[in-house]
Amino acid sequence: MSDASALDVAHVSHAYGTRKALDDVTFAVPAGRFCVLLGPNGAGKSTLFALITRLFAMRHGAIRIFGHDVATTPGEALRRLGVVFQARTLDLDLSVQQNLAYHAALHGIGKARSRALAQAVLERVGMADRAGDKARDLSGGQMRRVEIARALLHGPRLLLLDEPTVGLDMQARTDILAYVRRLVAETGIGVLWTTHLLDEIHPDDDVIIMHKGVILQQGRAGAIAAALDVADIKAAFARLTGSRPVDVSELV
Amino acid sequence: MTMLEQGLDKSSRGEELQPGFTWRHYGICASGIIWREALRFIHQRERFVSALVRPLVWLFIFAAGFRSVLGLSIIPPYRTYIHYQDYITPGLMAMIQLFNGMQSSLSMIYDREMGNMRTLLVSPLPRWFLLTSKLVAGTLVSIMQVYAYLLVAWFWNVVPDSLWGYVTVLPALLISGFMLGALGMFISSAIKQLENFAGVMNFVIFPMFFASSALYPLWKVRMGSPWLADYCAINPFTHAVELIRFALYQQVNWVSLAVVAGCTAVFLAGAIIAYDPSRGMLSRKGG
Repeated sequence: MSDASALDVAHVSHAYGTRKALDDVTFAVPAGRFCVLLGPNGAGKSTLFALITRLFAMRHGAIRIFGHDVATTPGEALRRLGVVFQARTLDLDLSVQQNLAYHAALHGIGKARSRALAQAVLERVGMADRAGDKARDLSGGQMRRVEIARALLHGPRLLLLDEPTVGLDMQARTDILAYVRRLVAETGIGVLWTTHLLDEIHPDDDVIIMHKGVILQQGRAGAIAAALDVADIKAAFARLTGSRPVDVSELV
Repeated sequence: MTMLEQGLDKSSRGEELQPGFTWRHYGICASGIIWREALRFIHQRERFVSALVRPLVWLFIFAAGFRSVLGLSIIPPYRTYIHYQDYITPGLMAMIQLFNGMQSSLSMIYDREMGNMRTLLVSPLPRWFLLTSKLVAGTLVSIMQVYAYLLVAWFWNVVPDSLWGYVTVLPALLISGFMLGALGMFISSAIKQLENFAGVMNFVIFPMFFASSALYPLWKVRMGSPWLADYCAINPFTHAVELIRFALYQQVNWVSLAVVAGCTAVFLAGAIIAYDPSRGMLSRKGG
Protein backbone atom coordinates (compact mmCIF):
# COMPACT_ATOMS: atom_id res chain seq x y z
CA MET A 1 0.00 0.00 0.00
CA SER A 2 1.28 3.48 -0.75
CA ASP A 3 2.51 5.90 1.90
CA ALA A 4 -0.52 8.07 1.23
CA SER A 5 -2.65 5.70 3.32
CA ALA A 6 -3.33 7.13 6.74
CA LEU A 7 -4.31 3.68 7.94
CA ASP A 8 -3.43 0.46 6.25
CA VAL A 9 -4.93 -2.77 7.57
CA ALA A 10 -3.54 -5.81 5.78
CA HIS A 11 -4.80 -9.40 6.16
CA VAL A 12 -5.60 -9.04 9.85
CA SER A 13 -7.14 -12.01 11.63
CA HIS A 14 -7.87 -12.37 15.32
CA ALA A 15 -9.53 -15.05 17.41
CA TYR A 16 -10.74 -15.34 21.01
CA GLY A 17 -10.08 -19.00 21.69
CA THR A 18 -11.74 -20.78 18.82
CA ARG A 19 -14.13 -17.96 17.97
CA LYS A 20 -12.86 -15.93 15.07
CA ALA A 21 -13.47 -12.23 15.62
CA LEU A 22 -11.65 -11.00 12.49
CA ASP A 23 -10.95 -13.02 9.39
CA ASP A 24 -8.43 -11.73 6.86
CA VAL A 25 -9.51 -8.10 7.10
CA THR A 26 -7.87 -5.76 4.58
CA PHE A 27 -8.69 -2.12 3.93
CA ALA A 28 -7.11 1.34 3.85
CA VAL A 29 -8.10 4.80 4.99
CA PRO A 30 -6.57 7.43 2.70
CA ALA A 31 -5.51 10.77 4.18
CA GLY A 32 -8.22 13.37 3.83
CA ARG A 33 -11.09 10.89 3.62
CA PHE A 34 -14.05 10.28 5.90
CA CYS A 35 -14.25 6.53 6.07
CA VAL A 36 -17.09 4.66 7.75
CA LEU A 37 -16.67 1.21 9.22
CA LEU A 38 -20.21 -0.08 9.24
CA GLY A 39 -21.33 -3.21 10.99
CA PRO A 40 -23.83 -4.51 13.51
CA ASN A 41 -22.76 -5.18 17.09
CA GLY A 42 -20.40 -8.14 17.19
CA ALA A 43 -19.07 -7.51 13.69
CA GLY A 44 -15.51 -7.20 15.02
CA LYS A 45 -15.25 -3.40 15.08
CA SER A 46 -14.09 -3.19 18.68
CA THR A 47 -11.53 -5.96 18.22
CA LEU A 48 -10.14 -4.08 15.26
CA PHE A 49 -9.93 -0.92 17.40
CA ALA A 50 -8.10 -2.79 20.15
CA LEU A 51 -5.59 -4.04 17.59
CA ILE A 52 -5.02 -0.63 16.01
CA THR A 53 -4.55 1.02 19.42
CA ARG A 54 -2.28 -1.80 20.56
CA LEU A 55 -4.37 -3.08 23.41
CA PHE A 56 -4.20 -6.50 21.80
CA ALA A 57 -1.21 -7.94 20.01
CA MET A 58 -1.37 -8.63 16.32
CA ARG A 59 -1.27 -12.34 15.57
CA HIS A 60 -1.87 -12.41 11.85
CA GLY A 61 -1.49 -9.55 9.42
CA ALA A 62 -0.18 -6.02 9.80
CA ILE A 63 -1.53 -2.58 10.64
CA ARG A 64 0.37 0.51 9.53
CA ILE A 65 -0.28 4.16 10.31
CA PHE A 66 1.35 6.37 7.67
CA GLY A 67 3.66 3.48 6.93
CA HIS A 68 4.62 2.89 10.59
CA ASP A 69 3.88 -0.63 11.69
CA VAL A 70 1.90 -0.72 14.94
CA ALA A 71 3.67 -3.90 16.09
CA THR A 72 7.27 -2.99 15.29
CA THR A 73 7.31 0.81 15.71
CA PRO A 74 4.40 1.47 18.07
CA GLY A 75 5.67 4.86 19.25
CA GLU A 76 5.86 6.37 15.78
CA ALA A 77 2.51 4.83 14.85
CA LEU A 78 0.63 5.88 17.98
CA ARG A 79 1.85 9.49 17.97
CA ARG A 80 0.22 9.98 14.57
CA LEU A 81 -3.04 8.61 15.84
CA GLY A 82 -5.88 10.25 17.75
CA VAL A 83 -8.51 8.02 19.34
CA VAL A 84 -12.00 8.58 20.67
CA PHE A 85 -13.07 5.44 22.48
CA GLN A 86 -16.64 4.31 22.71
CA ALA A 87 -16.56 4.38 26.52
CA ARG A 88 -16.21 7.74 28.23
CA THR A 89 -12.57 8.22 29.09
CA LEU A 90 -12.43 11.69 30.64
CA ASP A 91 -11.31 11.92 34.24
CA LEU A 92 -14.49 13.25 35.83
CA ASP A 93 -12.78 14.73 38.90
CA LEU A 94 -10.48 16.88 36.79
CA SER A 95 -11.30 19.97 34.78
CA VAL A 96 -11.46 19.98 30.99
CA GLN A 97 -8.17 21.85 30.89
CA GLN A 98 -6.52 19.35 33.25
CA ASN A 99 -7.75 16.41 31.20
CA LEU A 100 -6.19 17.93 28.10
CA ALA A 101 -2.96 18.78 29.91
CA TYR A 102 -2.65 15.17 31.07
CA HIS A 103 -3.12 13.92 27.53
CA ALA A 104 -0.54 16.41 26.26
CA ALA A 105 1.95 15.19 28.87
CA LEU A 106 1.41 11.60 27.77
CA HIS A 107 2.55 12.74 24.36
CA GLY A 108 5.55 14.59 25.75
CA ILE A 109 4.09 18.04 25.05
CA GLY A 110 5.19 20.66 27.58
CA LYS A 111 3.00 23.04 29.57
CA ALA A 112 3.14 26.22 27.49
CA ARG A 113 2.59 24.49 24.18
CA SER A 114 -0.08 22.25 25.64
CA ARG A 115 -2.02 25.30 26.85
CA ALA A 116 -1.95 26.91 23.40
CA LEU A 117 -2.94 23.67 21.68
CA ALA A 118 -5.73 23.03 24.19
CA GLN A 119 -7.09 26.51 23.58
CA ALA A 120 -7.04 25.90 19.81
CA VAL A 121 -8.73 22.49 19.87
CA LEU A 122 -11.34 23.58 22.41
CA GLU A 123 -12.19 26.55 20.20
CA ARG A 124 -12.60 24.19 17.30
CA VAL A 125 -15.21 22.13 19.13
CA GLY A 126 -16.84 25.21 20.65
CA MET A 127 -15.85 24.33 24.21
CA ALA A 128 -13.27 27.04 24.96
CA ASP A 129 -15.54 28.69 27.53
CA ARG A 130 -15.80 25.42 29.50
CA ALA A 131 -12.04 24.85 29.91
CA GLY A 132 -12.14 25.46 33.66
CA ASP A 133 -15.22 23.32 34.33
CA LYS A 134 -15.06 19.86 35.87
CA ALA A 135 -15.62 17.12 33.29
CA ARG A 136 -18.36 15.79 35.57
CA ASP A 137 -20.45 18.90 34.92
CA LEU A 138 -20.59 18.44 31.14
CA SER A 139 -23.41 16.87 29.15
CA GLY A 140 -22.84 13.71 27.11
CA GLY A 141 -22.46 15.64 23.88
CA GLN A 142 -20.07 18.13 25.46
CA MET A 143 -17.93 15.32 26.86
CA ARG A 144 -17.72 13.81 23.40
CA ARG A 145 -16.61 17.14 21.97
CA VAL A 146 -13.92 17.43 24.62
CA GLU A 147 -12.80 13.87 23.86
CA ILE A 148 -12.52 14.77 20.19
CA ALA A 149 -10.58 17.91 21.11
CA ARG A 150 -8.30 15.79 23.27
CA ALA A 151 -7.75 13.26 20.48
CA LEU A 152 -6.72 16.13 18.18
CA LEU A 153 -4.47 17.88 20.68
CA HIS A 154 -1.17 16.28 19.68
CA GLY A 155 -1.84 16.94 15.99
CA PRO A 156 -2.54 13.41 14.74
CA ARG A 157 -3.02 12.80 11.04
CA LEU A 158 -5.42 9.95 11.59
CA LEU A 159 -8.44 10.06 13.85
CA LEU A 160 -10.28 6.93 15.00
CA LEU A 161 -13.73 7.24 16.50
CA ASP A 162 -15.43 4.15 17.88
CA GLU A 163 -19.22 4.62 17.78
CA PRO A 164 -18.82 8.23 18.92
CA THR A 165 -22.52 9.07 18.69
CA VAL A 166 -23.76 6.26 20.95
CA GLY A 167 -25.84 7.63 23.79
CA LEU A 168 -26.13 11.15 22.37
CA ASP A 169 -29.30 13.01 21.51
CA MET A 170 -30.19 13.86 17.93
CA GLN A 171 -28.79 17.40 18.02
CA ALA A 172 -25.48 16.35 19.55
CA ARG A 173 -25.16 13.52 17.00
CA THR A 174 -25.68 15.87 14.10
CA ASP A 175 -23.26 18.44 15.53
CA ILE A 176 -20.46 15.96 16.09
CA LEU A 177 -20.85 14.32 12.72
CA ALA A 178 -20.85 17.72 10.98
CA TYR A 179 -17.86 18.80 13.01
CA VAL A 180 -15.74 15.77 12.12
CA ARG A 181 -16.68 16.05 8.44
CA ARG A 182 -15.61 19.69 8.45
CA LEU A 183 -12.36 18.70 10.11
CA VAL A 184 -11.61 16.25 7.29
CA ALA A 185 -12.38 18.88 4.64
CA GLU A 186 -10.35 21.63 6.29
CA THR A 187 -7.30 19.82 7.63
CA GLY A 188 -6.94 16.78 5.41
CA ILE A 189 -6.95 14.44 8.39
CA GLY A 190 -7.96 10.82 7.71
CA VAL A 191 -10.93 9.61 9.76
CA LEU A 192 -12.14 6.11 10.52
CA TRP A 193 -15.62 6.35 12.00
CA THR A 194 -17.29 3.17 13.19
CA THR A 195 -21.03 3.00 13.51
CA HIS A 196 -24.03 0.76 13.17
CA LEU A 197 -26.24 3.71 12.25
CA LEU A 198 -26.82 3.95 8.52
CA ASP A 199 -28.09 7.50 8.47
CA GLU A 200 -24.62 8.78 9.37
CA ILE A 201 -23.34 7.86 5.92
CA HIS A 202 -23.17 10.19 2.91
CA PRO A 203 -23.17 8.75 -0.64
CA ASP A 204 -19.65 10.12 -1.14
CA ASP A 205 -18.15 8.48 1.98
CA ASP A 206 -15.83 5.50 1.82
CA VAL A 207 -17.67 2.65 3.47
CA ILE A 208 -16.39 -0.68 4.75
CA ILE A 209 -19.20 -3.08 5.53
CA MET A 210 -18.22 -5.64 8.12
CA HIS A 211 -20.21 -8.59 9.34
CA LYS A 212 -19.13 -11.43 11.63
CA GLY A 213 -15.46 -10.52 11.30
CA VAL A 214 -15.42 -10.43 7.52
CA ILE A 215 -15.48 -7.47 5.14
CA LEU A 216 -18.43 -7.92 2.85
CA GLN A 217 -18.00 -4.87 0.68
CA GLN A 218 -15.97 -1.69 0.49
CA GLY A 219 -15.98 1.43 -1.66
CA ARG A 220 -17.92 4.67 -2.03
CA ALA A 221 -21.35 4.34 -0.46
CA GLY A 222 -23.03 5.38 -3.70
CA ALA A 223 -20.98 2.94 -5.75
CA ILE A 224 -21.77 0.02 -3.41
CA ALA A 225 -25.48 0.70 -3.78
CA ALA A 226 -25.17 1.04 -7.55
CA ALA A 227 -23.20 -2.20 -7.88
CA LEU A 228 -25.88 -4.11 -5.97
CA ASP A 229 -28.56 -2.35 -7.97
CA VAL A 230 -30.34 -1.02 -4.90
CA ALA A 231 -31.51 2.49 -4.01
CA ASP A 232 -29.06 3.39 -1.24
CA ILE A 233 -26.56 2.13 1.31
CA LYS A 234 -29.35 1.09 3.68
CA ALA A 235 -30.74 -1.33 1.15
CA ALA A 236 -27.25 -2.48 0.24
CA PHE A 237 -26.48 -3.21 3.88
CA ALA A 238 -29.71 -5.16 4.31
CA ARG A 239 -28.98 -7.16 1.17
CA LEU A 240 -25.40 -7.95 2.21
CA THR A 241 -25.98 -8.89 5.83
CA GLY A 242 -29.40 -10.37 5.34
CA SER A 243 -30.59 -8.22 8.22
CA ARG A 244 -33.00 -5.46 8.72
CA PRO A 245 -31.06 -2.17 8.68
CA VAL A 246 -30.89 -0.22 11.92
CA ASP A 247 -32.40 3.18 11.44
CA VAL A 248 -31.86 5.94 13.91
CA SER A 249 -35.60 6.59 14.12
CA GLU A 250 -35.90 3.26 15.93
CA LEU A 251 -33.34 4.23 18.50
CA VAL A 252 -34.53 7.62 19.61
CA MET B 1 -9.34 29.87 9.02
CA THR B 2 -7.92 31.45 12.17
CA MET B 3 -4.25 31.53 13.00
CA LEU B 4 -4.75 28.83 15.61
CA GLU B 5 -6.50 26.64 13.11
CA GLN B 6 -3.66 27.09 10.68
CA GLY B 7 -1.24 26.09 13.41
CA LEU B 8 -3.29 23.02 14.16
CA ASP B 9 -3.60 22.31 10.49
CA LYS B 10 0.15 22.37 10.11
CA SER B 11 0.69 20.04 13.02
CA SER B 12 -2.07 17.76 11.79
CA ARG B 13 0.00 17.12 8.70
CA GLY B 14 2.78 16.04 11.02
CA GLU B 15 5.29 18.51 9.66
CA GLU B 16 6.85 19.24 13.05
CA LEU B 17 7.21 15.60 14.01
CA GLN B 18 10.77 14.47 14.62
CA PRO B 19 11.30 10.72 14.77
CA GLY B 20 11.90 9.21 18.20
CA PHE B 21 11.50 10.65 21.67
CA THR B 22 13.96 12.74 23.64
CA TRP B 23 14.61 12.61 27.38
CA ARG B 24 12.49 15.77 27.55
CA HIS B 25 9.45 13.88 26.23
CA TYR B 26 10.00 11.21 28.86
CA GLY B 27 10.35 13.81 31.60
CA ILE B 28 7.16 15.63 30.60
CA CYS B 29 5.26 12.36 30.39
CA ALA B 30 6.41 11.12 33.82
CA SER B 31 5.70 14.42 35.54
CA GLY B 32 2.28 14.53 33.87
CA ILE B 33 1.40 11.10 35.25
CA ILE B 34 2.63 12.07 38.74
CA TRP B 35 0.76 15.38 38.57
CA ARG B 36 -2.49 13.62 37.68
CA GLU B 37 -2.08 11.11 40.50
CA ALA B 38 -1.49 13.96 42.94
CA LEU B 39 -4.56 15.83 41.66
CA ARG B 40 -6.71 12.73 42.03
CA PHE B 41 -5.36 12.23 45.53
CA ILE B 42 -6.26 15.79 46.48
CA HIS B 43 -9.74 15.36 45.06
CA GLN B 44 -10.34 12.13 46.94
CA ARG B 45 -10.18 13.43 50.49
CA GLU B 46 -11.99 10.41 51.91
CA ARG B 47 -9.19 8.23 50.61
CA PHE B 48 -6.61 10.30 52.47
CA VAL B 49 -8.61 10.35 55.66
CA SER B 50 -9.23 6.60 55.63
CA ALA B 51 -5.58 5.96 54.79
CA LEU B 52 -4.66 7.97 57.88
CA VAL B 53 -7.35 6.72 60.22
CA ARG B 54 -6.64 3.02 59.62
CA PRO B 55 -3.09 2.98 61.11
CA LEU B 56 -4.10 5.45 63.82
CA VAL B 57 -6.82 3.09 65.00
CA TRP B 58 -4.17 0.40 65.25
CA LEU B 59 -1.85 2.75 67.08
CA PHE B 60 -4.34 4.21 69.54
CA ILE B 61 -6.43 1.13 70.27
CA PHE B 62 -4.62 -2.05 69.32
CA ALA B 63 -1.22 -0.92 70.54
CA ALA B 64 -2.65 0.47 73.76
CA GLY B 65 -4.45 -2.77 74.49
CA PHE B 66 -1.57 -4.98 73.48
CA ARG B 67 1.32 -3.24 75.21
CA SER B 68 0.71 -4.98 78.52
CA VAL B 69 0.25 -8.39 76.94
CA LEU B 70 3.40 -8.42 74.88
CA GLY B 71 6.78 -8.15 76.55
CA LEU B 72 9.48 -6.95 74.20
CA SER B 73 13.14 -7.72 74.58
CA ILE B 74 15.83 -5.50 73.16
CA ILE B 75 16.29 -6.51 69.55
CA PRO B 76 18.07 -4.65 66.75
CA PRO B 77 17.80 -1.88 65.73
CA TYR B 78 16.61 -0.89 69.21
CA ARG B 79 19.22 -0.25 71.92
CA THR B 80 16.83 0.21 74.81
CA TYR B 81 13.44 -1.09 75.85
CA ILE B 82 10.77 0.42 73.67
CA HIS B 83 7.03 0.82 73.96
CA TYR B 84 4.82 -1.38 71.88
CA GLN B 85 3.57 1.60 69.87
CA ASP B 86 7.17 2.27 68.86
CA TYR B 87 7.49 -1.33 67.78
CA ILE B 88 4.42 -1.42 65.55
CA THR B 89 4.94 2.01 63.95
CA PRO B 90 7.18 0.69 61.12
CA GLY B 91 4.61 -2.06 60.53
CA LEU B 92 1.84 0.50 60.31
CA MET B 93 3.91 2.66 57.93
CA ALA B 94 4.33 -0.37 55.69
CA MET B 95 0.64 -1.12 56.06
CA ILE B 96 -0.19 2.35 54.71
CA GLN B 97 1.94 1.56 51.70
CA LEU B 98 0.45 -1.91 51.33
CA PHE B 99 -3.06 -0.51 51.26
CA ASN B 100 -2.02 2.29 48.95
CA GLY B 101 -0.41 -0.19 46.55
CA MET B 102 -3.51 -2.36 46.52
CA GLN B 103 -5.74 0.68 46.23
CA SER B 104 -3.86 1.96 43.21
CA SER B 105 -4.22 -1.50 41.76
CA LEU B 106 -7.91 -1.13 42.44
CA SER B 107 -7.85 2.23 40.70
CA MET B 108 -6.12 0.62 37.74
CA ILE B 109 -8.92 -1.88 37.43
CA TYR B 110 -11.40 0.94 37.82
CA ASP B 111 -9.43 3.00 35.28
CA ARG B 112 -9.35 0.11 32.89
CA GLU B 113 -13.06 -0.33 33.20
CA MET B 114 -13.70 3.36 32.83
CA GLY B 115 -11.37 3.67 29.88
CA ASN B 116 -8.75 5.84 31.57
CA MET B 117 -6.29 3.01 31.35
CA ARG B 118 -6.81 3.01 27.60
CA THR B 119 -5.96 6.70 27.53
CA LEU B 120 -2.70 5.90 29.28
CA LEU B 121 -1.85 2.91 27.12
CA VAL B 122 -2.32 4.68 23.76
CA SER B 123 0.44 7.10 24.69
CA PRO B 124 3.24 6.66 22.15
CA LEU B 125 5.88 6.31 24.85
CA PRO B 126 7.00 2.79 25.77
CA ARG B 127 4.62 0.90 27.99
CA TRP B 128 7.24 -0.06 30.59
CA PHE B 129 7.89 3.65 31.03
CA LEU B 130 4.20 4.50 31.44
CA LEU B 131 3.68 1.78 34.05
CA THR B 132 6.85 2.68 35.94
CA SER B 133 5.81 6.34 36.02
CA LYS B 134 2.44 5.36 37.39
CA LEU B 135 4.22 3.32 40.03
CA VAL B 136 6.43 6.25 41.04
CA ALA B 137 3.33 8.44 41.27
CA GLY B 138 1.57 5.95 43.56
CA THR B 139 4.67 5.58 45.73
CA LEU B 140 4.96 9.35 46.23
CA VAL B 141 1.33 9.49 47.30
CA SER B 142 1.92 6.68 49.80
CA ILE B 143 4.92 8.52 51.24
CA MET B 144 2.80 11.62 51.82
CA GLN B 145 0.36 9.43 53.75
CA VAL B 146 3.16 7.89 55.80
CA TYR B 147 4.53 11.27 56.85
CA ALA B 148 1.05 12.45 57.79
CA TYR B 149 0.82 9.38 60.04
CA LEU B 150 4.24 10.08 61.53
CA LEU B 151 3.18 13.61 62.32
CA VAL B 152 0.14 12.43 64.28
CA ALA B 153 2.21 9.68 65.93
CA TRP B 154 4.71 12.33 67.02
CA PHE B 155 2.01 14.01 69.09
CA TRP B 156 1.38 10.58 70.65
CA ASN B 157 5.04 10.58 71.63
CA VAL B 158 6.02 7.94 69.08
CA VAL B 159 9.34 9.23 67.82
CA PRO B 160 12.56 7.63 66.55
CA ASP B 161 15.70 7.95 68.67
CA SER B 162 16.83 10.88 66.54
CA LEU B 163 14.99 13.33 64.31
CA TRP B 164 17.35 12.24 61.53
CA GLY B 165 15.30 9.08 61.42
CA TYR B 166 12.60 11.00 59.59
CA VAL B 167 15.11 11.69 56.81
CA THR B 168 16.86 8.33 56.68
CA VAL B 169 13.55 6.48 56.45
CA LEU B 170 12.71 8.22 53.17
CA PRO B 171 14.79 5.99 50.84
CA ALA B 172 13.41 2.91 52.61
CA LEU B 173 9.87 4.17 52.05
CA LEU B 174 10.63 4.78 48.38
CA ILE B 175 11.78 1.25 47.76
CA SER B 176 9.14 -0.46 49.93
CA GLY B 177 6.40 1.66 48.32
CA PHE B 178 7.77 0.68 44.95
CA MET B 179 7.67 -3.01 45.82
CA LEU B 180 4.12 -2.95 47.17
CA GLY B 181 2.91 -0.78 44.27
CA ALA B 182 4.49 -3.14 41.74
CA LEU B 183 2.79 -6.07 43.48
CA GLY B 184 -0.55 -4.26 43.26
CA MET B 185 0.00 -3.49 39.60
CA PHE B 186 0.85 -7.10 38.85
CA ILE B 187 -2.28 -8.25 40.66
CA SER B 188 -4.40 -5.67 38.82
CA SER B 189 -3.40 -7.19 35.48
CA ALA B 190 -4.87 -10.50 36.59
CA ILE B 191 -8.10 -9.17 38.11
CA LYS B 192 -11.04 -8.71 35.81
CA GLN B 193 -13.57 -7.05 38.03
CA LEU B 194 -13.81 -4.55 40.85
CA GLU B 195 -15.62 -7.03 43.11
CA ASN B 196 -12.49 -9.15 43.27
CA PHE B 197 -10.89 -6.59 45.55
CA ALA B 198 -12.43 -8.45 48.47
CA GLY B 199 -10.40 -11.43 47.30
CA VAL B 200 -7.29 -9.27 47.29
CA MET B 201 -8.02 -8.32 50.90
CA ASN B 202 -8.38 -11.94 51.97
CA PHE B 203 -5.61 -13.51 49.98
CA VAL B 204 -3.02 -10.74 49.73
CA ILE B 205 -3.39 -8.00 52.34
CA PHE B 206 -4.30 -10.09 55.40
CA PRO B 207 -1.75 -12.91 54.92
CA MET B 208 0.96 -10.38 54.16
CA PHE B 209 0.21 -8.11 57.07
CA PHE B 210 -0.55 -10.59 59.84
CA ALA B 211 2.13 -13.13 58.92
CA SER B 212 4.91 -10.58 59.18
CA SER B 213 7.02 -8.82 61.78
CA ALA B 214 4.68 -5.81 61.69
CA LEU B 215 2.79 -6.63 64.90
CA TYR B 216 5.13 -8.98 66.74
CA PRO B 217 8.83 -9.81 66.51
CA LEU B 218 9.69 -13.03 64.76
CA TRP B 219 11.33 -14.65 67.82
CA LYS B 220 8.02 -14.24 69.60
CA VAL B 221 6.21 -15.89 66.69
CA ARG B 222 8.72 -18.74 66.73
CA MET B 223 7.84 -19.53 70.32
CA GLY B 224 4.28 -20.18 69.21
CA SER B 225 4.79 -21.75 65.81
CA PRO B 226 8.15 -22.34 64.12
CA TRP B 227 6.36 -23.03 60.87
CA LEU B 228 4.63 -19.65 60.92
CA ALA B 229 7.89 -17.92 61.81
CA ASP B 230 9.53 -19.45 58.73
CA TYR B 231 6.68 -18.21 56.59
CA CYS B 232 6.98 -14.74 58.14
CA ALA B 233 10.71 -14.74 57.44
CA ILE B 234 10.21 -15.24 53.71
CA ASN B 235 7.23 -12.87 53.46
CA PRO B 236 8.43 -9.85 51.47
CA PHE B 237 6.25 -7.63 53.63
CA THR B 238 8.33 -8.59 56.69
CA HIS B 239 11.38 -7.28 54.89
CA ALA B 240 9.63 -4.06 53.92
CA VAL B 241 8.76 -3.57 57.60
CA GLU B 242 12.30 -4.38 58.79
CA LEU B 243 13.83 -2.12 56.15
CA ILE B 244 11.67 0.75 57.40
CA ARG B 245 12.27 -0.17 61.06
CA PHE B 246 16.04 -0.04 60.66
CA ALA B 247 15.99 3.08 58.48
CA LEU B 248 13.91 4.92 61.04
CA TYR B 249 16.80 4.26 63.45
CA GLN B 250 19.37 5.31 60.84
CA GLN B 251 20.53 1.79 60.09
CA VAL B 252 20.43 -0.44 57.05
CA ASN B 253 19.12 -3.97 57.19
CA TRP B 254 21.02 -5.35 54.21
CA VAL B 255 19.17 -8.63 53.98
CA SER B 256 15.82 -6.85 53.91
CA LEU B 257 17.13 -4.34 51.40
CA ALA B 258 18.20 -7.17 49.09
CA VAL B 259 14.89 -9.01 49.46
CA VAL B 260 12.80 -5.87 48.86
CA ALA B 261 14.91 -4.82 45.86
CA GLY B 262 14.70 -8.32 44.39
CA CYS B 263 10.95 -8.56 44.89
CA THR B 264 10.46 -5.11 43.37
CA ALA B 265 12.30 -6.22 40.23
CA VAL B 266 10.27 -9.43 39.99
CA PHE B 267 6.88 -7.79 40.57
CA LEU B 268 7.61 -4.91 38.21
CA ALA B 269 8.80 -7.23 35.47
CA GLY B 270 5.66 -9.30 35.98
CA ALA B 271 3.43 -6.23 35.67
CA ILE B 272 5.20 -4.98 32.55
CA ILE B 273 4.95 -8.38 30.90
CA ALA B 274 1.29 -8.64 31.88
CA TYR B 275 0.52 -5.28 30.29
CA ASP B 276 2.59 -5.89 27.16
CA PRO B 277 0.15 -6.69 24.39
CA SER B 278 2.46 -9.11 22.63
CA ARG B 279 3.26 -11.24 25.66
CA GLY B 280 0.76 -10.46 28.31
CA MET B 281 -2.52 -11.57 29.65
CA LEU B 282 -4.48 -8.97 27.71
CA SER B 283 -4.32 -11.28 24.75
CA ARG B 284 -2.16 -14.36 24.93
CA LYS B 285 -0.19 -15.17 21.85
CA GLY B 286 -1.38 -18.15 19.92
CA GLY B 287 -4.23 -18.58 22.41
